Amino acid sequence: MSDIQMRQPHVPWWNEPKNRGFVYQSLLFIVLAFLIWSAVDNASTNMRARGIPTDFSFWNRTAGFDVNLTLIEFSAAASTYGQAFWVGLLNTLMVSVVSIIFATILGFGIGIARLSSNWIVAKLATAYVETLRNLPLLLQLLFWYNAVLKPLPGPRDSVSVPNISFVTPDIVPTIVCAFIGGVGYAATRYARTIGGVAVIVANAIGALLMLTAVAIWLSGVVRFSGKAGIYLNNRGLIFPEFVETADTWPFAIALVVGIVGSLAFRHWARGVQKETGDQMPVALVAMGLIFGLPLLTTLVFGAPFDLARPELRGFNFVGGTRILPEFAALMFGLSLYTASFIAEIVRAGILAVNKGQTEASSALGLTRAQGLKLVVVPQAMRVIIPPLTNQFLNLTKNSSLAVFIGYPDLVQVFAGTVLNQTGAAVQVIAITMAVYLVISLVTSFVMDIYNKRMALVER
Amino acid sequence: MSDQAIGSRIAYVRREAGPTRPAPIMTRGVFAWVRENLFSTPMSGVLTIGSLLFVLWVAPDTFRYLISDAVWQAPDGVACRAPGAGACWAFVAAKFEYFMYGSYPRGETWRVDVTLVLGLALILWLLIPRLPRKGMAAFAFFVVYPVVAFFLLRGLEGVLPIVETNLWGGVFVSLLVAAVGIVASLPLGVLLALGRRSQLPFVKFFCVVFIEFVRGVPLITVLFMANTMLPLFVPQEWTPDRLLRPLIGVSLFAAAYMAEVVRAGLQAMPKGQFEGAMALGLPYWKMMRLIILPQALTTVIPGIVNSFIALFKDTTLVAIVGIFDFLRTVETARLDPVWAGPTISTTGYVFAAIFYWVFCFAMSRYSQMLERKLAAGRRR
Repeated sequence: MSDIQMRQPHVPWWNEPKNRGFVYQSLLFIVLAFLIWSAVDNASTNMRARGIPTDFSFWNRTAGFDVNLTLIEFSAAASTYGQAFWVGLLNTLMVSVVSIIFATILGFGIGIARLSSNWIVAKLATAYVETLRNLPLLLQLLFWYNAVLKPLPGPRDSVSVPNISFVTPDIVPTIVCAFIGGVGYAATRYARTIGGVAVIVANAIGALLMLTAVAIWLSGVVRFSGKAGIYLNNRGLIFPEFVETADTWPFAIALVVGIVGSLAFRHWARGVQKETGDQMPVALVAMGLIFGLPLLTTLVFGAPFDLARPELRGFNFVGGTRILPEFAALMFGLSLYTASFIAEIVRAGILAVNKGQTEASSALGLTRAQGLKLVVVPQAMRVIIPPLTNQFLNLTKNSSLAVFIGYPDLVQVFAGTVLNQTGAAVQVIAITMAVYLVISLVTSFVMDIYNKRMALVER
Repeated sequence: MSDQAIGSRIAYVRREAGPTRPAPIMTRGVFAWVRENLFSTPMSGVLTIGSLLFVLWVAPDTFRYLISDAVWQAPDGVACRAPGAGACWAFVAAKFEYFMYGSYPRGETWRVDVTLVLGLALILWLLIPRLPRKGMAAFAFFVVYPVVAFFLLRGLEGVLPIVETNLWGGVFVSLLVAAVGIVASLPLGVLLALGRRSQLPFVKFFCVVFIEFVRGVPLITVLFMANTMLPLFVPQEWTPDRLLRPLIGVSLFAAAYMAEVVRAGLQAMPKGQFEGAMALGLPYWKMMRLIILPQALTTVIPGIVNSFIALFKDTTLVAIVGIFDFLRTVETARLDPVWAGPTISTTGYVFAAIFYWVFCFAMSRYSQMLERKLAAGRRR
């Protein structure tokens, strides 16, 4: 090869890739610079001509409007446009966080249900996904708000939830119910050993008996009487407020002790498992500590909270906590819509785990639940988490649809009311966009770190 | 002779196979299916019965509300306000023209129909894989059709009376926004995707910033920006039409998402395709047009259709800047005092839901069909 002379081909300078790239980029730069310059120039001329403010001095001026849901102190007379911004931002974050929690729970449930071996459950889950994700979110929000929540009766005719109390179960009905349920369970077990049509009959009868037993027992134990202080009307959902009493402290301490205790127990149990291989009932002990201890203190000291029940005075309720219909509609809409996408992500994630993994885990002697928890889910999560975060971001961005139903989020309060009152369109929209951008960028940054930690470690 | 002797000694010899008995009833047919899918475990049985009870609880009421108790014909809202009345389909029938065309002059609505039929024919030509001459169809749809549609809808001085855009509305505007978004976002998205993978640092920087910026903000803020800031950015005498502003906003928004879909396709291309094209001496744009894009775009067709579905659902948001799209006409119509009543809102929303669902579901089925078709070619 060495005897072949490599000769650089003659390329005219205008065909040199480097030079061409430089020319193209300079052209793009000049065009962009011209566009931006003329936009800025036009904007300043137009804004001066129309008397639109060009600075941020509006930020500290008194707002003069009220917001019906504020997490921080806000009043029309004393608060500024800057504070209105924070009110809107906090409301956006609040509805996003609450909806994300609900959407995740529901989405995982439905995603798993779509993979269920039970035909009806799988079909219902499929119907849910195919319906909700093929309808515009705005249509769903308007439906929840205008067709479901707004037509509810006014405060005077509120739908009231009855007080639920539990009475000590009588021994005889309990035994009878246990017997019926036991027979039902036995029937389903027996169904496995026989052949013929009887299997289905036995199974169906068994399932019915079990359901009946539970229903009868509950009807003997649960009492509905009086009003629980929970009201539903076109002004929202109103429910009692928890008020601190002298007995709150023992309850809170018991709760903390329970949580710390169960963490300590888990640590100890892991040590034991490493040493001897013995497994401790961690979940059971933790449940006992976290729920049992506080329950014990309530038995000893009495109820940890007083309930401040709302009362109807005149045309509205006084006291209690209120969930606005706007908030409820937005939360329903966002959670149900996003859940349909999360369900698909979860399903794809679980299906992405090789079947051999499940088989290997049962070959190792893990139970089905252990196999899911220790082998399948950790691997599925690696596939699920990145698109899941994407959905969380989408949900946060979609919460801006609040403006259509009057929930005071960032867009409604800031890019709506503040923009209209001050006329500072450029500044307000720039700030609003910057907020969403920062949320997106911070989330992607955190996700990058997470992805690097979770990535498959290969040779 | 000996044969007979043996035969007489053995009492019974089976000469042919006996009739095959059917498999046990529980392992075949309906029963096997029911046992397998509905009652495989006690828990499954409980779920089955619970789900059945749920369906039985919901289905009859839904049927009564939507079909049997519904008011199908009425001159106004009186019959629909009667207690116990179901959905008020008479309201939909009375407002049907408004839902379709908004306030477009009634005598001129044939122009909308012609545009829609033309568009539908071209789309079908593009979408049905068996029909030939896709290149010509694409040219007709992406270049000729927009011009024709513009003059048909808006009118031409002296030939067709001008219809101002503030009269446009209804399904037709929803489809228009979606169509413009689709037609504009595909080429823009391809350019952005190519720019993002470009060697030129400034081009790449610009495309990355644009894509990430647009994808990081909600569509509503983009629409706000297009509506309030666009008129500020141009000389006053150029102030864009109020329908044009959201169209620009939607197109840029959809282009950024499209760019990411196309980029996925470009990234999935084996490096050898680029190298092969360069070895043949093809310059950049020829390489992209003849070798890379045809393959890259085909692999991501399902993704492209999915972003069309998202775009179609997002067209409802243009109502925020005062455009009377289909959902906005439903919102307006349900407040009409002639019809207003307790069932009107639900009726309107159910009607809108059917419309959007049919479109989106059809598109998603189409993308799944394509996905299977494409996968078939790659299956070994």
